[in-house]
Amino acid sequence: MDWRWDFTFETVLPRILPGLWVTVEVTFLSFALSLVLGLFLMIARRSTIRPLSVAAGEFIEFMRGMPLVVVIFFLFFLLPEIGIFLAPFWTGVLAMGIYNAAPVAEILRGGLQAVPKGQWEAAHVLNYSTYRTWRQVILPQAVKPVVPGLGNLLILAFKETPLLSFVAVPEMLDAARRIASETYRFTEPLTVVGILFLILSLFSAVLIRLVERHLLTETRHGK
Amino acid sequence: MANEKIRFEGVTKRFGALTVLDKLDLSINDGEVVTIIGPSGSGKTTVLRCLMTLESIEDGLIRIDGEPLNKMESEGRLVPASNAHLRRMRLKLGMVFQSFNLFPHLTVLQNCVEPPIFALGVTRDEARSRAQELLDMVGMGDKQAHYPAQLSGGQQQRVAIARTLAMQPEILVFDEPTSALDPETIEEVTSVIRSLAVKHSYTMLMVTHQIAFAHDISDRICFFDKGRIVEQGPPAAVIDAPTEARTQQFLRKVAQAR
Amino acid sequence: MSRSPIAILVPLAFLAGLYFAVFSSVAQFLPALLNGLTVTVSVAVPSILLAYAISLLAGLGRLSSIAPLRWVSVVYIEVFRGVSLLVVLFWLYFVLPEFGLTLSAYTAALLGVSLNAGAYGAEIVRGAVRAEPKGQYEACVTLNMPPLRKYARIILPQALVIAIPAMTNMTIELLKGTALVSAVTLVDLTAAGVRQNQLTYRTVEIFSVLALIYFCLAQIVRFSGARLEHVFNRHLGER
Ligand SMILES: Nc1ncnc2c1ncn2[C@@H]1O[C@H](COP(=O)(O)OP(=O)(O)OP(=O)(O)O)[C@@H](O)[C@H]1O
Ligand SMILES: [Mg+2]
Repeated sequence: MDWRWDFTFETVLPRILPGLWVTVEVTFLSFALSLVLGLFLMIARRSTIRPLSVAAGEFIEFMRGMPLVVVIFFLFFLLPEIGIFLAPFWTGVLAMGIYNAAPVAEILRGGLQAVPKGQWEAAHVLNYSTYRTWRQVILPQAVKPVVPGLGNLLILAFKETPLLSFVAVPEMLDAARRIASETYRFTEPLTVVGILFLILSLFSAVLIRLVERHLLTETRHGK
Repeated sequence: MANEKIRFEGVTKRFGALTVLDKLDLSINDGEVVTIIGPSGSGKTTVLRCLMTLESIEDGLIRIDGEPLNKMESEGRLVPASNAHLRRMRLKLGMVFQSFNLFPHLTVLQNCVEPPIFALGVTRDEARSRAQELLDMVGMGDKQAHYPAQLSGGQQQRVAIARTLAMQPEILVFDEPTSALDPETIEEVTSVIRSLAVKHSYTMLMVTHQIAFAHDISDRICFFDKGRIVEQGPPAAVIDAPTEARTQQFLRKVAQAR
Repeated sequence: MSRSPIAILVPLAFLAGLYFAVFSSVAQFLPALLNGLTVTVSVAVPSILLAYAISLLAGLGRLSSIAPLRWVSVVYIEVFRGVSLLVVLFWLYFVLPEFGLTLSAYTAALLGVSLNAGAYGAEIVRGAVRAEPKGQYEACVTLNMPPLRKYARIILPQALVIAIPAMTNMTIELLKGTALVSAVTLVDLTAAGVRQNQLTYRTVEIFSVLALIYFCLAQIVRFSGARLEHVFNRHLGER
């Protein structure tokens, strides 16, 4: 094996680090979209209008068996055909946002289900308005179990961003592949990308554990 | 004097800062039936678990048939017991748990057949015929093909007793064997235990809150409080005419709870 | 989950039939997609088996009392959970030869997909074993069960049943992961679809068929998982 440090530091890192920024941007933007779509999906799923809740349920199930690349390619090909021209970056955000909406909806639903029925009844007995019930009783209790799930999903989303290199979104893996195709050296760029992913995943996993612990101790104080 | 079967010598057990057993001395003779009673949290279960080697002890020695259990002799000195030593010593011991702890994925018969095959090295045929005998004895002969979840609590506990007996132990240890049972099934389990105490020569150490039952079958009652034996003697003394104030108070409370 | 798969697969087959009737162009690209499907299945099936074996080994390794075994398992799990499957695939195929180990595209795909899923599976196995009630271990101690028997006969059979739903999800994720093997030059279902799309520009039809096939594959996995769980849970009752 020959590993070239000068190549690593002078060519690979300077070109991959901007890709890291794109990776982070895509992750957060698409996740914000997922949260919004997921919230609507969850509301539809819980709706008392039966066709709506069934449709939402089927959609969630359907999306969970669908590979993300398929969604990415679909939008990448479809949008121009129907006259919508987006930069690959935004197509990527859209694809990942839609893709992760289903798991977000499931996590949110799980959070609401974790609030005991008695809490709704208690609020009702106390004559709370709908707004107050949600704001002061339900949401504070539903948020806690939801945070670790959403956190893990965010990490998963982060790890899925390299798939966008298939449609030339200039994230880390795309940068690495470009370097490789120009220099015919795969070792350094791909290894650097792998290590960066590893570091960031471990780092964010620790971060989530901290948030989780913080939430736990907070509720213990509350009681 | 009868043969000494079990002996606790200055046994101390701590959980962190909490001393649960405080220099406990207790001796049990061969064939003797000893029942420990006492308030919740006094360390009754802990005594049994230390004997079963489910807990390690900080200080002291437990002997079975004169041989150290939690230590072993090596070059004339006592050293911490090896796993092999523990395994050999445990062959003499059998435990019945409050929550049965049957293996839920195995049938009643398999529950009683498999452990002796693995631990004693008996053949499957041998193990099966012995298990069937024991299941008949506890009145579960017709439920051999059932799974634990299909049985009532009392039935599960009787299977658990048969499973323990299948290991051919010399000492039987019961931790509140009827506490997890519905009132109407308690009798079927106590009658099995009673017959074991009366008709067989097992040495028995039991914890129970059923004072009348303990009175019935025990040779000796130990009243436990805060990790110590406060009072011990035949049931007629400890239960019917306790001398210690703490014992009187406990028995009064138990009587009121009825 | 408890819905009958037939109730789902039959209308799907019907829909697929409708497709043939309405869009005759389907006949144009379907053979290529089916070729892709055989590649997807031939990667997925052995990967699933391999991933299960790895999950078991690494999951138990992580719980082992032997420290080096534990370390190896932890490193493996953290690395493969931390790095994207796509990056792993590229690395196995393009970088590993630099270290003197050249893998065929198929082997690289198989290894990448199963090592990736195995890391998640290991955590599932670990969680399931740890969820085993303490009483089961204590019963094994008092019954003098030798350690190997204890795991093989008592702990694992119960833990693996608990793990079935999570393992089902892991298997579906693995299935989705096979859509990335075009990275190592294999033409799987997704790659075939993309190619056909570039030839025929039948985007909606092609991707509908793709989605339908992936959905059916996932349903098969779900159904098998639910069946297995039902069979093994029959006797366990409420716990
Ligand atoms: N694993 C443990 N870790 C920490 N403390 C423990 C542990 N097991 C028992 N204890 C503590 O040791 C004390 C004695 O417990 P033990 O279970 O022996 O009581 P007991 O007499 O059997 O009570 P009960 O009648 O409720 O069964 C209790 O204060 C208990 O909280
Ligand atoms: Mg107890």
